[in-house]
Amino acid sequence: MIAHLPILQVALPLLAAPLCVLLRSARAAWWIYLLASVAAFGSALLLASSVATHGPLHYAVGNWAPPFGIAYVIDAANAFVLVLVSGIAVATAIYAPRSIAAEIDPQRVYLYYACLCLCLTGLLGIVATGDAFNVFVFLEISSLSSYALIALGKRRQALLAAFRYLVMGTLGGTFVLIGIGLAYAVTGTLNMADLAQRLPALYGNRTLTAAVGFVSVGLAIKAAVFPLHAWLPSAYAEAPSAAGVFLSATGTKVAIYAFLRFAFGIFGAGLVFGHLPMSALILIVGTAAMLAGAAIACYQDDLKRILAWSSVGQIGYIVVGLGLASQQGLSAAFLHISAHALIKGGLFATAGIVALRLGTTRIDALAGLARSAPAVFVALLLGGLGLIGVPLTAGFVSKWALVMALIEADQWAVIAAVLLSSLLALVYVGRIIEVAWFREPPLLADTAQPSTPAPMALAMWGLVGVSLVAGVYAAPLSRAATAAAAALLGTAP
Amino acid sequence: MILHPAYLLILGALPLPWLKQPIRSAWMLLLPIVGMVGLWSIPDGHYALLTLYDVKMELLRVDALSRVFASIFLVATMLAVIYALNLRESVQQVATLTYAGSAIGGVLAGDLLTLFVYWEMTGLTSVFLIWARRSERAYRAGMRYLAVQVLSGLLLLAGLIIHYRGTGSVSFNTLGLDAPGGWLILTAIGIKCAFPVLHSWLQDTYPEATIVGTVVLSSFTTKLGIYALARGYAGTEELIWIGAVMTCFPIFYAVIENDLRRVLAYSLINQLGFMVVGIGIGTEMGVNGAVAHAVADILFKGLLFMSMGAVLLRTGTVNGSELGGLFKSMPQTATFCMVGAASISAFPLFSGFVTKSMIMTAVAEEHRTVIWLMLLFASAGVFHHAGIKIPFFAFFAHDRGYRVEEAPLNMRIAMGSAAALCILIGCAPELLYGLLPYPVEYVPYTTAHVINQTQLLLLSAMAFTVLMRTGIYPPELRSVNLDFDWFYRRLLPATAGTATRIIDGARNGVLAPLQRGAATALRIAQTPLRAQGWLALPWTTSLMIAWTVLLLGALLLLALLRA
Repeated sequence: MIAHLPILQVALPLLAAPLCVLLRSARAAWWIYLLASVAAFGSALLLASSVATHGPLHYAVGNWAPPFGIAYVIDAANAFVLVLVSGIAVATAIYAPRSIAAEIDPQRVYLYYACLCLCLTGLLGIVATGDAFNVFVFLEISSLSSYALIALGKRRQALLAAFRYLVMGTLGGTFVLIGIGLAYAVTGTLNMADLAQRLPALYGNRTLTAAVGFVSVGLAIKAAVFPLHAWLPSAYAEAPSAAGVFLSATGTKVAIYAFLRFAFGIFGAGLVFGHLPMSALILIVGTAAMLAGAAIACYQDDLKRILAWSSVGQIGYIVVGLGLASQQGLSAAFLHISAHALIKGGLFATAGIVALRLGTTRIDALAGLARSAPAVFVALLLGGLGLIGVPLTAGFVSKWALVMALIEADQWAVIAAVLLSSLLALVYVGRIIEVAWFREPPLLADTAQPSTPAPMALAMWGLVGVSLVAGVYAAPLSRAATAAAAALLGTAP
Repeated sequence: MILHPAYLLILGALPLPWLKQPIRSAWMLLLPIVGMVGLWSIPDGHYALLTLYDVKMELLRVDALSRVFASIFLVATMLAVIYALNLRESVQQVATLTYAGSAIGGVLAGDLLTLFVYWEMTGLTSVFLIWARRSERAYRAGMRYLAVQVLSGLLLLAGLIIHYRGTGSVSFNTLGLDAPGGWLILTAIGIKCAFPVLHSWLQDTYPEATIVGTVVLSSFTTKLGIYALARGYAGTEELIWIGAVMTCFPIFYAVIENDLRRVLAYSLINQLGFMVVGIGIGTEMGVNGAVAHAVADILFKGLLFMSMGAVLLRTGTVNGSELGGLFKSMPQTATFCMVGAASISAFPLFSGFVTKSMIMTAVAEEHRTVIWLMLLFASAGVFHHAGIKIPFFAFFAHDRGYRVEEAPLNMRIAMGSAAALCILIGCAPELLYGLLPYPVEYVPYTTAHVINQTQLLLLSAMAFTVLMRTGIYPPELRSVNLDFDWFYRRLLPATAGTATRIIDGARNGVLAPLQRGAATALRIAQTPLRAQGWLALPWTTSLMIAWTVLLLGALLLLALLRA
């Protein structure tokens, strides 16, 4: 059974999508999506524990032996991301129905779940596959479905946001395809392991460096690395709340994972970080991202936009970690991938509840929220502390690891930027908290706010709670992140 | 079974908003008592050791130094809780208990990393005591306060990381300036202790907090700093001078200040100066004196802030120029305030006398005459601005016709208990001396010492009386800000004037252009970041693609150059 899990994990949500469309019922579609995501989560956990005890799993699709057939390879690095993505998918499933009912035309709800299934398929596929071309295919599946998800947003701006994302996303996908094509041209193979074996002989080949450039920039667009971030803020802010939770927690992270896999698993660190000046470039771009994202977030006047801009900044931390290309830097990147996914997912869930209760997520409208919805407010506060990186939150664990890695590499300027952007995070989180707690609610405020539906609260607390537990009992998560980094660097025992 | 008092207070505060009166009050009163029992049932030692990323942490360390600080923090918590019983607002109650719990956790922390966690928590929890005043002004003050506190925490973090890299350990014992990261950690502590130049957050923000908030704030943050200083930097020569400056400079500001809570904030810095000097001396007597004075200061400064809080509650103001004659309506508050004033001025039989004299003796034993004279001047100054000015302008002076109620009962109980403790320490100093980190052989009540101090106080009081009688001391405080200028120039002729002119010149010539330049730079930097700025507005697709092409081009060009 375990032997077939790598493919089942991706195939189940893929089969679930047409089923949702065929049944045309919102309720049935929700059940299908829930079951698919729970199944994916369960198999991800099984895979992770199997990888932890028995080492990497190889699966040849259709029994065609690699490098001719498509191979799926699960090691500590992608098991980590699989668990994260499918776990967030379960939380989204719990969260979605009530939120969607308020935001999407009932006629289209089944399409929404179908898109979620496809998006999940795409993301899991990118992570699980051991074939370079397969990455592109799944990248397109996840991208196309996420354009549709964003376009389902309540306001008309959602269509424009989705279109802008579509233009950029297509560009990114095409770049990745060009890069893979160039690598294929010089090696004649698409299997990752096979590529990794043949490429070192070709270092110095111009075609190959062009391939690295195209793949890197293409994935940087998907990961919204500053200055290629411009599609993200409006896309995440305009998407339906439940889609915002899923995409903000997983979308960019998977693109970053894909870059890691290409850089370390295919092209090799020697080419990307040794031959090309990628480290310096990534550190510059990442530093700019964390400063600009946090600074712009301070001036936004909408909760979802603040969160979206803060994502732009937080991606900077992850990117800086991986730019160091060291064991410590990579495990810091993995730690921050998970910490930020949990925290930002939890915060977008909170924002969705705010949208449901108040009908808007403008900052002014939050006045008096602490009294009318204390639980929502506390979740907002705890999540916000995580963004700042206050001790005892997951954000602190990952930032600590990142700062340690930066010290190891003597990058003091970047450390200063990390600290400065933490102070900026304090400003934008402080502003939300102050308005929600201390400002008087407007006199004409609708006193009859709908109460928070239990499933939405459950999902919100689940995400925030896990992020807190991960902050206090940091050992298991940091062990997993270290193992993931070791697997990528090929230093795993 | 170990009951960590910090966890008790922090976790115990969480269910407060859901408790109904009177259970909530009883619960809040119970927590510090149970915490005290818990603290004293832990024998000296190191507990809760754990290893995080190869860093050996020690969550709980109990020894004489940490025990005395934790105990007085618990007493201060108890007093603050009683003082706050008439509040119906759970924000301040939760903030008070979690803030106190964080400070206690800080003094019980055995390593720098744990200390850092609590260090940040004290800042994050206490800011709510400022914000709870619910005004734009308080919000801004709270933000400034928070920024400074977090900055202090970041400096501590940076220092501890460097220390860890240098020594391979984060355990918190004597550091000194030569230890790796020593300067950074000292700066972090210096912010909390309100070292000169790093001090301005204190008098800026404390008076902006709520009535209860100011009382609570005055007890913990700065004393946590003093604890860290005593633990890590005892005997550091530089501290003697820093402390001596701290004792003297706030006096000038305190005399011209009209807001009586701000006067107390300045006098808090002045008292901290005495403790810093004692730690800088570093002898057993010096450290003992600093710790004892920290204990006494928490009590009498808390008492003074409580009495001013009661005045603010009843009259709506604490401006010296608007108060006066309140002793008729608030006789008990006036009495308690005078006990506090007598204690801070170090009258014999009051707490300040038996603690401050230890620091003075420690200084004298080292034959540091200049420092001793500075402290003597500061003692006279304290008596003047805190001992006389506060009670005089609030409760006596011109009767402004306030006919208000006496302070609420719970506030009077809190003030009464604090006053009783001040007198108890003053009359039976052995009780406090027994708790100090080093054995004490000091006898405060010698004839020479008592006479010496009484003379100082009497002459200082006489100066005030003469100035009042002859009309030189400005009777209406509203005009004091202008008059004081004249007042001290006459006492310190010429030098002060010249110094002021030079400083003014420097300020106008150097600082003002710098400030203008910074403001312009900030404006220019802000423009693209604002919601309507080019960076934050949604970019057009062509701009996004232009960036993509630029980045790809740069990457390929670099690759070409390298290859």
